Amino acid sequence: MCLSIPAKIESIEDNMAIVSVGGVTYKASLQLLDDVNVGDYILLHTGFAIQKISPEEAEETLKIFSEFEDLNRKMDEEEKGFRSA
Amino acid sequence: MIKYIDEYRDKKLVLKLAEEIRKASTKPLRFMEVCGGHTMAIHKFGIPSLLPENIRLLSGPGCPVCVTDRKYIDTAIAFARLDDVIITTYGDLIRVPGSTSTLDAERGAGNDIRIVYSILDALTIALENPDKKVIFLGIGFETTTPSSAAGIYNANAQSIDNFFLYSSHKVMPPAMTALIDEGVEIDGYIAPGHVSTITGTSIYKDIPDKYQLACVISGFEPVDLMLSILMLTKQKEAGKPFVEIQYKRAVRPEGNIKAQRLIEEVFEAKDDLWRGLGILRNSGLRLKDKYAHYDAEKMIPVEVERTKEDKGCICGEILKGIKSPGDCKLFGKACTPSDPVGACMVSNEGACHAWFRYKA
Ligand code: SF4
Repeated sequence: MCLSIPAKIESIEDNMAIVSVGGVTYKASLQLLDDVNVGDYILLHTGFAIQKISPEEAEETLKIFSEFEDLNRKMDEEEKGFRSA
Repeated sequence: MIKYIDEYRDKKLVLKLAEEIRKASTKPLRFMEVCGGHTMAIHKFGIPSLLPENIRLLSGPGCPVCVTDRKYIDTAIAFARLDDVIITTYGDLIRVPGSTSTLDAERGAGNDIRIVYSILDALTIALENPDKKVIFLGIGFETTTPSSAAGIYNANAQSIDNFFLYSSHKVMPPAMTALIDEGVEIDGYIAPGHVSTITGTSIYKDIPDKYQLACVISGFEPVDLMLSILMLTKQKEAGKPFVEIQYKRAVRPEGNIKAQRLIEEVFEAKDDLWRGLGILRNSGLRLKDKYAHYDAEKMIPVEVERTKEDKGCICGEILKGIKSPGDCKLFGKACTPSDPVGACMVSNEGACHAWFRYKA
């Protein structure tokens, strides 16, 4: 019930959108959102689009990995520097 | 490849996060996930097995079907037995045991009960059956409430007068604080992602401020959950709890204001009954007077049988995080997903169901 899935807007007519998730299409009311366009990703819940997914934030979250890598490298280097000092 | 899902299931990243959690944690910590969707995901992806021994996860009262009191099911069944009524509902409720029957059994007995995907489909059924009263069973938390609000708002705008809502809509924060007041010992909440999509962060203010618990709003994929557990651990280790958003791609600090306005237009707070937790102040929602003519309870009189609870089902204590499904004598024996005794086994977001499916 609390499941909401990220779906892509394929078309919009009269505040109703056709959205797709992995090739399967659903109807989604756009009554709860402003400024949505074809191509946007939304969270679909019980037939309503409840929020737009932010592509920038989505990417940011995944960047944590490279941050870790950077951090680890830095720490390793620092450690080395510390030892050699 | 499904966008916004697959990349958050990256195994390498998940293992890396497991390592980071291990590095960050020095003391025993207990975190509770309140949302049934989280419970399901945590077990599906085997998250507990990735965590160091000192970090434990507990399930809380966030499966809407599970916290719905038996009296609600009994009342829905009584409505279904009326000749001029069509019941419309999400599929989740249909197999939940009432005191002596289920909606599924009532449907088998010839009563008109229809599963819908959206409240908008229920409205269409009302339009197509003007001589019937169409009742929609509104259950769910803040994620689902806006759609019910929209349904009622639209029914009013279209002057549909044979449509009714039987509301069991609930709000999350009173249950989250009631648990702590009752003495359930946890260090932080994995806060519900999709509830927060609607509400934003402000509803959780008391959790760090008053109760000193960590609070991270989490997404539903393994990377999201592991990252949230890392953030919670860091908050507790630093001794500075606050409300943090991990699920930034879907949760804005202010939430979805349009949805919030619609809820406010249609609903008002009432004290409500939760399975396991009892009556909690201002924890439920009913239609405002202005929309009272859509309120099934007010408009359609019905006699309801006396509620009987099942002996042996410890759903209530599981929802409070005091016990886990393994503590129930019926688990996996007299109670299975194909023949459930309690609501926690019926709903695929229920702790018993998740345990049975992914753990047992
Ligand atoms: S296993 Fe079944 S009977 Fe036991 S607590 Fe869970 S739902 Fe109730």
